[in-house]
Amino acid sequence: MIRRFLSFLLLGLCLQLAPALAVAPDEVLDDPALEARARALSAELRCMVCQNQSIDDSDAPLAKDLRVLVRERLVAGDSDAQVVDYLVSRYGEFVLLKPRFAWHTVVLWAAGPAALLAGLIGIVWALRKRRTAVVSAPEQPLSEDEKKRLSAIVRSE
Amino acid sequence: MIVELGHFTLVLAFVLTLVQSTVPLWGALSRDDRLMAVAPPVSVMTFLLVLVAFLVLTVAYISSDFSVLNVIENSHSAKPLIYKISGVWGNHEGSMLLWVLILVFFAALVGLFGGNLPTDLRAVTLAVQGWVSAGFILFLLATSNPFTRVTNPPLEGADLNPILQDIGLAIHPPLLYIGYVGFSITFSFAIAALILGRLDAAWARWVRPWTLLAWCFLTLGIAMGSYWAYYELGWGGWWFWDPVENASFMPWLAGTALLHSAIVMEKREALKVWTVLLAIFTFSLSLLGTFLVRSGVLTSVHAFATDPARGVFILGLLCFFIGGSLSLFAWRASMLKQGGLFAPISREGGLVLNNLFLTAACAAVFVGTLYPLVLDAVAGEKISVGAPFFNLTFGPLMVPLLIAVPFGPVLSWKRGDLLAATQRLYAALALALAMVLFTFWLWGMEKILAPLGVGLAVWVMAGAVAEIVTRVKFLSVGPKRGFDRLVGLPRSAWGTAVAHFGLGVTVLGIVTASAFQEERIETMRPGDTVNLSGYEVTFDGAAPRRGPNYTEEVGHFTIRTGGVVISELDPSKRVYTARQMPTTEAGIYTTGFSQLYLSMGESRGDGAVDVRIYFKPLITLIWIGCVVMAFGGALSMADRRLRIGAPKPAARRKAAVAAAAE
Repeated sequence: MIRRFLSFLLLGLCLQLAPALAVAPDEVLDDPALEARARALSAELRCMVCQNQSIDDSDAPLAKDLRVLVRERLVAGDSDAQVVDYLVSRYGEFVLLKPRFAWHTVVLWAAGPAALLAGLIGIVWALRKRRTAVVSAPEQPLSEDEKKRLSAIVRSE
Repeated sequence: MIVELGHFTLVLAFVLTLVQSTVPLWGALSRDDRLMAVAPPVSVMTFLLVLVAFLVLTVAYISSDFSVLNVIENSHSAKPLIYKISGVWGNHEGSMLLWVLILVFFAALVGLFGGNLPTDLRAVTLAVQGWVSAGFILFLLATSNPFTRVTNPPLEGADLNPILQDIGLAIHPPLLYIGYVGFSITFSFAIAALILGRLDAAWARWVRPWTLLAWCFLTLGIAMGSYWAYYELGWGGWWFWDPVENASFMPWLAGTALLHSAIVMEKREALKVWTVLLAIFTFSLSLLGTFLVRSGVLTSVHAFATDPARGVFILGLLCFFIGGSLSLFAWRASMLKQGGLFAPISREGGLVLNNLFLTAACAAVFVGTLYPLVLDAVAGEKISVGAPFFNLTFGPLMVPLLIAVPFGPVLSWKRGDLLAATQRLYAALALALAMVLFTFWLWGMEKILAPLGVGLAVWVMAGAVAEIVTRVKFLSVGPKRGFDRLVGLPRSAWGTAVAHFGLGVTVLGIVTASAFQEERIETMRPGDTVNLSGYEVTFDGAAPRRGPNYTEEVGHFTIRTGGVVISELDPSKRVYTARQMPTTEAGIYTTGFSQLYLSMGESRGDGAVDVRIYFKPLITLIWIGCVVMAFGGALSMADRRLRIGAPKPAARRKAAVAAAAE
């Protein structure tokens, strides 16, 4: 309950506080290679009090804390994977904008390829079936109504 | 009093939709022409009544009638007039009223201009549209009444959410809704065809202009929303894979597939079952989008549970229409006879491939959007699915589709020749490869994918041009006859080429803007200059300013190249007084198709501010391409064979000439 209250409070803060820049100049690391890694990592981490924003985009104070944290870990010599592991251990998998491939995300990751495969199989199957089936359905004769309309069209020409 | 009038006409409209949904259907089943003839006038009347209700609400907003709850919650007397009007649909109740207005508007269009449709098809289509309208008007009346009054009116309203006070909002939702809701008419046509058990090439021809119309508007609406987010949200992103965006993107993907499969059905009577299913899917996705956005389920599963009335109601409508239509489909689809055969390599085959990839992409977006909600509800596990996921899953599905796009129109129907088709595209292929090499030469090998992306975009664009050029046979018949043939091409051929060209333009914008963007983040003092992509950006200072319902801190920047002033930009940070809510207004300088994008952040004392400066090469192509695509759709809609009632004017003219001669 308290946690939910807090998260609402944070959501409020995220929306209400004066707009800071997403990445502020004082956060930027001196080493451009490290900074580039930090930016790439930030784009894949969620600002947890915002709606679908990465910490790289978000103005929320929490996002700023996380950006600083990511940079601290990088400066301390962590690899990208270690930084991500550290954040997941602290905040749970919710922090990842790209969920890990695991049993509970199989359906998520497989959806696109599976739909493609199923579609392909369906098409091949339908083509096979169509080719073997001889189209021998007799043409339906025109109904009275249609005959009348046809003659009306012919006459108007 | 006038507010009650709006409420009253809405109730009347509900009653009329009940008539519209039953009487014509009964007439069609009992073959009674008089009962079927009820549908068109009733549909027009319903539209007029809902229009009155909508105008009443608009009047309440314009006159700042703070005895209406909806106006109190979303308006403010100091708001500029245009935002008072756009505020009507800037909230839940008002936007649902706009939704319903467009729904009945489409029914009225079919009622007014559907004279060339078979009587029973028109009657049943209007009846089905009546069911949908009845459901949503009831939703408005029961859970989201915009005309609720309060007993003690306050002196001032709470103002519209400041992010929404923008010209973009005035245009975006109506465009989007015309697209979204426009697919309802395709849906109604599909259900009517299933009920009547008659589905032929003529059906596809009738349905196609409606699909095109909805699709054009949806394309424009999505593009508009994207541009609005780009300049309003202040960090220069233009697509976020946000669930709300996905909610409009899924009907677009399905609608695009529908557009293409309807061609096969019209020309070759094939893919009937699939086309009907797609028509059902497309509108179902529109309904799903409405549910996702309107129920609050996206913000949090719990928000949904705390105020369940609206969500449960839409969910009920969703289940009824999707479940009902799919059951009807399962029951009746087997009686639809299949038409023409075709080889895998053929125009039809190309269109099937298009449908395969678009549908798979739509499925990927669908699962990605809903999976976190489902996982949370089922297993209580919280995960996030954001842009990195969608880029990884959606992107690869688009690449083969884009490669295939130029082949489609140059393949012949029934049995195509891939080699001959490729020969017609040699020039396009050569141009694309040249562009790849050129981009590599320009940018070096550090970005491998970007030049390939540029090549792909050029391939799609050049392929569209090649299709037209080879079709008129410029090279073999000479320029004079070639030009005649060019003019004589059916508009639908032009439509295809223009829309495909637009697609290439959009892809080019996406690739260059994301791969070659340059960015600087600096704390700038007055007088400081930052160099970026050949532009010198000088910060001259910031000053406070007062707007009608906000205060702002406006920065002044001068842009120079080689010491010459080329532009001045005034990005700002606003605080809207009524809600104490801040927003950023970016400063944008457009040069050619590229843009320089400035956004101000926190002030650091003694006049210094944090500034983010981007150079976004060719970024405007993203939206220009969408406009070109929509224009292509409009061209196709103007094709002779689709012009509604085309043969009639000729007959009338003859009659007039005869009358004049007498």
